[in-house]
Amino acid sequence: MIETRGLRKSFRSRAGRETKTVDAVRGVNLEVAEGEIFGFLGPNGAGKTTTLRMLATLIEPDGGEATIAGADLRKDPAEVRRRIGYVAQGGSTWDESTAREELVLHARLYGISKAEAHRRATRALDAFQLSEYADRKCKTYSGGQRRRVDIALGIIHEPKIVFLDEPTTGLDPQSRAHMWDEIRRLRTEGMTVFITTHYLDEADALCDRIAIMDHGEVVAEGTPAELKREISGEVLLVGLDAASTPRAAELLDTEGYVTKLETVDEGGLRLYVDEGATAIPQVLRRLDGAGLDLRSVELHRPSLDDVFLTKTGRSLRES
Amino acid sequence: MKLARDTWLIFQRQILLLLRNPVWLFVGVFQPVMYLLLFAPLLKPALNAPTQAAAYKIFVPGLLVLLAIFGGLFQGFGLIAELRAGVIERSRVTPVSRLALLLGRSLRDVVSLIVQAIIITLLALLFDLRVNLGYLLLAYLMLALIALMTSAVSYGVALKVKSEDALAPLMNTVAQPVLLLSGILLPLLYAPGWLQGIAKWNPFSWAVDGTRALFAGDLGNDKVWQGLAIVAVLAVAGVVWAARQFARSVR
Repeated sequence: MIETRGLRKSFRSRAGRETKTVDAVRGVNLEVAEGEIFGFLGPNGAGKTTTLRMLATLIEPDGGEATIAGADLRKDPAEVRRRIGYVAQGGSTWDESTAREELVLHARLYGISKAEAHRRATRALDAFQLSEYADRKCKTYSGGQRRRVDIALGIIHEPKIVFLDEPTTGLDPQSRAHMWDEIRRLRTEGMTVFITTHYLDEADALCDRIAIMDHGEVVAEGTPAELKREISGEVLLVGLDAASTPRAAELLDTEGYVTKLETVDEGGLRLYVDEGATAIPQVLRRLDGAGLDLRSVELHRPSLDDVFLTKTGRSLRES
Repeated sequence: MKLARDTWLIFQRQILLLLRNPVWLFVGVFQPVMYLLLFAPLLKPALNAPTQAAAYKIFVPGLLVLLAIFGGLFQGFGLIAELRAGVIERSRVTPVSRLALLLGRSLRDVVSLIVQAIIITLLALLFDLRVNLGYLLLAYLMLALIALMTSAVSYGVALKVKSEDALAPLMNTVAQPVLLLSGILLPLLYAPGWLQGIAKWNPFSWAVDGTRALFAGDLGNDKVWQGLAIVAVLAVAGVVWAARQFARSVR
């Protein structure tokens, strides 16, 4: 659905007399498959929005190529526009207009007839549970309602791909959960969804595949599970008293599923395993069979933040 | 065809929003009405005009050109609000014609200017101003072209500077000398030679002279076609330039 090769963009900024060139995006290669929710994860200023705006034809790349829904971004941006939807981060509705007016106008800007535009607006208002407020001015809407209008606008022409820039930033937890459901619904309707986010949980829970971006480059790409597995596997913290720890270490060290074993000073073991869920019963059986007194087992799965930390040397939470 | 359709869509929306909040009309007309009521009466003695009506024939055309220049130049503020709301960006990801994004808005400005010009003209009729209707329509064409140009330029500049704080002083700096050098308030007939020399390079001075000739019923005056031609060329140039700003990346 989307394929990019070496997409680049730099901006010139002026501070006093000196002009500085900032390389916002430095050669991004991506492949997004049809029907997936693809996430761009990274801190603010990583170049996510710039990349998205290039893909949405809003800014021209300095270099590189991209094919979007079969259309060439550089050679035929007009065709790209017809095939994609784009929802900006900062909103897109006018205070004094109503949601219905906005939807009808926006559909018509895509060349859709007046009657069909009205039909689609009504359908979209229903689907996004906005019918009740459809004829009120946008300035009276809540943040979540306004965000839903934004998304409805982005897909009114039934694009193949929709780009959502930070779709849940600034929403309360409830609206956020609601928005995730809406985004999943877009996928079930056959759309490919490309979102940017700086929320780890959002990338993890919502996206089929993610690319982690930092300083204008993609530093890792894969499914959230793959990325997490790639860095360290999972860790089992086995709670034991100090006396039985050495014996337990001896028993478990020879097990095939344990890639690495460490003894915790106060007693207990740290086991590095490929898959914690299947390792737990085996550990239990082994220790129980030897009559050792097991106090607790704790499974620690690496988070996307651990992935980010491994790839960039800093935590996403700090940046 | 697509251009006409897209322009109509944008124009329709803009007019709808304008009618929803018609305060604009009175705000726009307030200042010229004040000039008409409180400044114009000084002119008969000052200009040595034979009658009050003769003084108005000189003053009202200038006032209308002033309205067209200022009304147009400050339209950019509305666009900056639209930029901030994300409306422009939302339009730019659709295949809509970039020229239509500009023309739809500028035509709204032209329509609102003509409505205001009609109000001023009707008021001036109360002060015994009399103009041939055909000539008046030609004068309105001149005003429409001026407003088209100034509003397009204002939109183009707004897209470049993107902030009200930068736009306001910029527009004032441009408008002030343009205003003084066009003989809008008083004809430059009374200006010293050097001032007249500079004013010759001000296109609005030609527009004002042309509009005055039309109000005076002097259709044969060269200033009429010269003024129309100059503002028409400038309007096209302004529209082309501003449409390019709409097409270019906004960041």
